[in-house]
Amino acid sequence: MAHVFLPYVLRKYAGGVETVDMPADTLGELIEKLEDNYPGMKRHLIVDDALKPGLAAIVGHTATRRGLLQKLTPDVEVHFIKAISGG
Amino acid sequence: MVATYETKTDYKVVGKTPIRHDALEKVTGRAVYGGDVKAPGLIWGDVVRSPHSHARIKSIDTSDALKLEGVFAVLTHDDFPIAEERELESGEDVVNLKRDQANVMADDKVHYKGHVVAAVAAVDRNTAEEAASRIKVEYDVLQNVSDVDSAMSDDAPIILENLVGDHLGEDVPNTNIAKIFRYEFGNLDDAFNNSDLVVERTVTMSMIHQGYIEPHNATAIWAEDGQITVWSSTQGSFGVRSQTAGMVGVAESKVKVNYVEIGGGFGGKTKVYLAPIAALLSKKSGGRPVKLVMDRTSVFEATGPAPGGKIRMKIGVNKDGKITAADTDIMFESGGYPGSAVGAAANCIFACYDLPASRITGYDILVNKPKSAAYRAPGSPQASFAIEQVVDEICEKMGFDKLQFRIDNAAHEGTRRGDGVRFMRIGLEECLEAVKESEHWKSPLGEAPPGKTRGRGLASAYWMNGGGKSTCDLMLQDDGTVTMNEGSADIGGTRTSIAMQAAEVLGIPVEDFHPSIPDTDSIGWTGTTGGSRTTYTTGLAAYNAAHKLVDELKERVANLWETEVAKVSFQDGVFTSNGETIGIQELAGKLDPTGGPATSTASVNLADAGNAYGVHICDLEVDLATGKTDVVRYTAVQDVGKAVHPQYAEGQVQGGAVQGIGWALNEEYFITDDGSMANKSFLDYRMPTSLDMPMIETIMVEVPNPLHPYGVRGVGEVPISPPLSAAAQAVGQATGKRYFDLPVKPGRILEATNGG
Repeated sequence: MAHVFLPYVLRKYAGGVETVDMPADTLGELIEKLEDNYPGMKRHLIVDDALKPGLAAIVGHTATRRGLLQKLTPDVEVHFIKAISGG
Repeated sequence: MVATYETKTDYKVVGKTPIRHDALEKVTGRAVYGGDVKAPGLIWGDVVRSPHSHARIKSIDTSDALKLEGVFAVLTHDDFPIAEERELESGEDVVNLKRDQANVMADDKVHYKGHVVAAVAAVDRNTAEEAASRIKVEYDVLQNVSDVDSAMSDDAPIILENLVGDHLGEDVPNTNIAKIFRYEFGNLDDAFNNSDLVVERTVTMSMIHQGYIEPHNATAIWAEDGQITVWSSTQGSFGVRSQTAGMVGVAESKVKVNYVEIGGGFGGKTKVYLAPIAALLSKKSGGRPVKLVMDRTSVFEATGPAPGGKIRMKIGVNKDGKITAADTDIMFESGGYPGSAVGAAANCIFACYDLPASRITGYDILVNKPKSAAYRAPGSPQASFAIEQVVDEICEKMGFDKLQFRIDNAAHEGTRRGDGVRFMRIGLEECLEAVKESEHWKSPLGEAPPGKTRGRGLASAYWMNGGGKSTCDLMLQDDGTVTMNEGSADIGGTRTSIAMQAAEVLGIPVEDFHPSIPDTDSIGWTGTTGGSRTTYTTGLAAYNAAHKLVDELKERVANLWETEVAKVSFQDGVFTSNGETIGIQELAGKLDPTGGPATSTASVNLADAGNAYGVHICDLEVDLATGKTDVVRYTAVQDVGKAVHPQYAEGQVQGGAVQGIGWALNEEYFITDDGSMANKSFLDYRMPTSLDMPMIETIMVEVPNPLHPYGVRGVGEVPISPPLSAAAQAVGQATGKRYFDLPVKPGRILEATNGG
């Protein structure tokens, strides 16, 4: 069961809660299930079958580089935040 | 999942201080920079820049320029292909091709003074300059949008008319606010209501330039076969390749970018400005090589500074010295196009504290100033200034010791950052303890000379550090030396810090390495040198490549000794099997019968690099008659994970601190009402020099990064962040006033102390 920390803009689709728990084996599956349960979320997360440019998915403590294919372990925390750029 | 490592502790190469491989070339002047590039038949380009900060282009007449003898081509935005409205991952940055193309050369409007509107190519530099001066541009001048407040006002002129803002997930047209986003957790209202003290302040800051010495430059050849070759001063050759290809409408594989040395970047050389212009001018000039070099005025007026803006900060505390909640609005000037460092600022702003409730709202706001770009820990310095100024005020009002307060509230493993993400192992507490034990912190401030007063400031800051893609190739030469190719631009000695990590694996002296940075056709995709990623990420590619090379050599040894690979062991540069031994460098000369040269390559695509924290102490004096400030003692404490080359790491910390001190006390884009930068030269844009600074004392704390086998964390960026508040606090203590506007320059100090 992934523990999803909802971005602020997605909370309105889930009744204003900060987090939701969702069973999923991959990040892609998780987003599909979020959309099934809370219609409207997906367009904020995915463009052209990939994570939106400028968006980082944090799985556990670190940003995934595997995109939607990222495997999810049981009870892992998932966050969606703005991707960083450095100097 | 992410690989973690048990950190190695017994080093033979890592942690030493060998001379850098590029030292001789650089001190003798033989190193080739972008400005040194020559090619047969080279011609020069020049550009026409807008004298207005906001205007519609009515017409561009290039006929007089084309009549001039020696002119080969002129270029306007009409010569560019229509770029796709798509965002491109370029290194760690996201590039909007269409908007960045318009930033390189204005389409129908100019968005800041100095915006390029046309370009020419001519037989020599003087002819190009004369031709540029003959291009006539008619403008319909529009009202200048000068700052975030005027940009957000109801009657503000709209700078980018087709922009649809994303305001907390809602599409909003006719706006200068490109994005509003929010991170929030916990119950803020309850937390603030139950606090013993709530302090709310708004801080402001101006745009700041990176101030690299070498100006932007580019040389390009668009050959008859459609192949484009580029030389350009950049922090990332692959970023130049992808951005140039996207803007001129060719496949990335059609562009080859050659590496040249870089005379400073600090984040400002992650964007392209000239390479697409040089390429298109070359195409229109029959494939001649075209070279462009900016002057200093253009660098200031038209290349990305760090964003200015303002930050509202509200913090609640209890009498027991614990923070109850924090709430902030970060409003950054993105410049003429969207895309400031406000996202990174949001990641950083509360990262030094363990907060039970937090809200961060970020605003990315267009103004008629140059498009902002990365500058060393982009967003973190402004964020640190905002929170540390308020924390300092809270400590004073509540009678808390400012160091103990930070220790009591410090973020640690498991703490949620303001964006909700939990930290892995971090070293902030160790840095704060190092401050407590430091000679500087234990020493009294000392007495100032007559007419001056002294103050001390303490501030902490955070930077995420980056990972991403990197590649490293190794080849063991017959003579036992190693040729190493890696893709990262070397802006701080990274050739050597990367080679040292491979040398540690191979047991070969790093002096026997020959590191090179080849062109983009000759090495695997490697991200931009930025985000403090290079020693960590490309270093890990080198580490992996070295282990692959060892595996390859074990097979060769097994071949030579007619034994099984599994029976060959390797340690400290020596292969052993069945009582026989051979050193790796001796083995190098015996490889031909076993299959020829031994090579290896490794690419990585890494998640975050393990976070960096810095805590700085600043003592300075204020001349009460003039407001002039002098830093008299400065100590920078930083968790570096593992200092691969301690001198380089120390140099990064010192350099960052000095840049931060300049940001705190002197530097600013001084913009007039019509949107012009008044201080567009190094004479007037006051950066600190070595004569202004005391020795920056450094204390490097080593809390190993679990994501790297040697514990390496990024080093280069976070040291620029704490000085802003540390210095401002010191001025505050010295003068008995608080300062919330940067820079804390002599005029502001006099205003505060004497009423101006």
